[in-house]
Amino acid sequence: MVPLNYYLILGALLFSVGALGVILKRNLITMFMSVELMLNSANLTFLAFAREWNQVSGQVLVFFVMVVAAAEAAVGLAIVIATYKNRKTVNADETASLRD
Amino acid sequence: MPTDLHYLAILPEIITAATGIAIMLLDPFTAPQHKGRLGWLGVAGLLAAGVAGAAQSGRTMTAFGGMVQLDSYSVFFRWLFFGVSIGTILISLQYLKREGVHHSEFYALVLFATTGMSFMAASVDLILMFIGLETVAISTYVLAGFKRSDPRSNESAVKYFILGAFSTAVLLYGIAFLYGQTGSTRFDRVAEALSAQGPSAFFLVGLALLLVGFGFKVAMAPFHVWTPDVYEGAPSPVTAFLAVGPKAAGFAALVRVLYSALPDMENHWGDVLGLVAVLTMTVGNVAAITQSNIKRLLAYSSVAHAGYLLVGLVARNELGISAVLYYAVVYALMNLGAFTVVVIWSGAGETRVHLSDYAGIGFRYPFLTGCLSLFLLSLIGIPATGGFMGKVFLFAAAVQSHHVGLVVIAVLNSAVSAYYYLRIIVIMYMQEPAAQVPSVEIPVPAAVALVLAALGTLLTGLYPSALLDLASRSVLAVR
Amino acid sequence: MFIFVALLLPVVALLAGRLLRPQMGHDTKLRPYECGVEPETDARERYSVRYYIIAILFVIFDVETIFLFPWAVIYDKLALFGFIEMLVFLGILIFGYIYVWKKGALEWV
Repeated sequence: MVPLNYYLILGALLFSVGALGVILKRNLITMFMSVELMLNSANLTFLAFAREWNQVSGQVLVFFVMVVAAAEAAVGLAIVIATYKNRKTVNADETASLRD
Repeated sequence: MPTDLHYLAILPEIITAATGIAIMLLDPFTAPQHKGRLGWLGVAGLLAAGVAGAAQSGRTMTAFGGMVQLDSYSVFFRWLFFGVSIGTILISLQYLKREGVHHSEFYALVLFATTGMSFMAASVDLILMFIGLETVAISTYVLAGFKRSDPRSNESAVKYFILGAFSTAVLLYGIAFLYGQTGSTRFDRVAEALSAQGPSAFFLVGLALLLVGFGFKVAMAPFHVWTPDVYEGAPSPVTAFLAVGPKAAGFAALVRVLYSALPDMENHWGDVLGLVAVLTMTVGNVAAITQSNIKRLLAYSSVAHAGYLLVGLVARNELGISAVLYYAVVYALMNLGAFTVVVIWSGAGETRVHLSDYAGIGFRYPFLTGCLSLFLLSLIGIPATGGFMGKVFLFAAAVQSHHVGLVVIAVLNSAVSAYYYLRIIVIMYMQEPAAQVPSVEIPVPAAVALVLAALGTLLTGLYPSALLDLASRSVLAVR
Repeated sequence: MFIFVALLLPVVALLAGRLLRPQMGHDTKLRPYECGVEPETDARERYSVRYYIIAILFVIFDVETIFLFPWAVIYDKLALFGFIEMLVFLGILIFGYIYVWKKGALEWV
């Protein structure tokens, strides 16, 4: 059996990759995928803990998170498409006009 | 069949969600010129939900396997949220027509967001709280980008979406650690495990991530950077809603989590939030001074007000939380009111949002500018307004728990804020008007919202005891 | 030791296959497989932007069905109560479907 810590470390690594992706990347779609990666790393952590506690509830939580993530994905893509229609770009820096 | 479902405990939320669904179903069958009727249907649904909530006041019970708690605290916030949403719909009715985006999905989304906010205040389980928060977030992403063909609205939605989703992920990761340490997501179980095990590493990581996530949601410094851009680009009624509803809901959930699930770590989060409160107030007020766009100015002001609310949390006593509840209501009234004036005055296409557009209109539009002045004075905290009493309670609570330094900084901040709020009043009454003062008509529903907000601001300032009593009774459920 | 064998095995297998198999260059081998029908256009074709809406709708409705699986597994225990609950859930989804349909998001351009 793979020890709990391995899963947690993998989760933490994935989370960091996702967080760095949001911060460093400028393509909206890539940023968005990075966020999904962060959510899934949280899911992985949930599952690892659920197995450690031998509970089903932890796995059910992941279902809810997946559905929430799907709804978020749909809305996010719709927003990015609306932006693209008006600006013809999905680069975060080129779309920015609101600033101090 | 599980025995502890108690559907009645979430009757108000069922009503708001069902009304939202009904609006979406009726939308394709409604002629474009009658879309406003669906807005009124939304108002009716919210009123019905408010009545259903009132019927339950005074009762305390948990439902759905200990996920939802019906108590005076959730009833208090439900009323606040329903009121805020009614106000938002009243402002939007005319606005959506004016801007050529009169789609009834707007009302449905407001109702869905209300359902989510209501669940955030009533949840005593991390997962339900998370789902409530996401319901609010996803609805408001769409609302922020509601003017699909306006690039500014697009940008606002994109920024709100990316940072909102980012903070959601951070929050969820924090919840995962709390679950991992305690084996449960219920607040009471988490609190039990915490008092048994003491604050271990996972608790600390979970708390830190939770605070960062909430920090984004309620715009605490240094996680407030999205606020001005999103508030400026979003349609004005949506900005009003964002500044009031989700922020109050964030505080409602934050108070519940910190006091019900993590009370034994209060020294940890108390110290951090103290620092954050100072930073949030100062950053918000200092940045607001240089703003020339009124939506941006009010955005920074909302950041500063999150800082004042945090003072009540840091106080960690009963007066502190009741002051947070009191101030949440007052803040909702005065901010919704101020934004209503912005919505009305901005004109088609939201062209008049610059401070100079307000020059000299004071005596031409006495009703609008009189109301706006009242709200601005209340935002400063001038006596006889709700804002004053709210700040008195918040600061008194902090003094009671010996956070005198914090109170001094908060009072200094209020003094700084007086500069930029008063500047608007000076511009309105003492500057020469532009060659041609544009004429605006004041739509009746928005005027009703404006009068109600103004009355509320005055009443909470002159007769604070009724609301404070209600707030302090509601707090007992949390502590 | 195991890791070396594990790394070596695919390398050896692929290399052996490359050296031993008969080399027959054939145009048809490089063409994309379309169920035996003669391909008419390039595989990397640009397709209608309408697919986005279909894809977005698919994501939502597809993921909602994961709630059906745990429900189906303990259907016997939940009995009538579970059945009614699921009807409510599916009812809300169907309301969404009616909305999407009536709004014309499923119409082909």
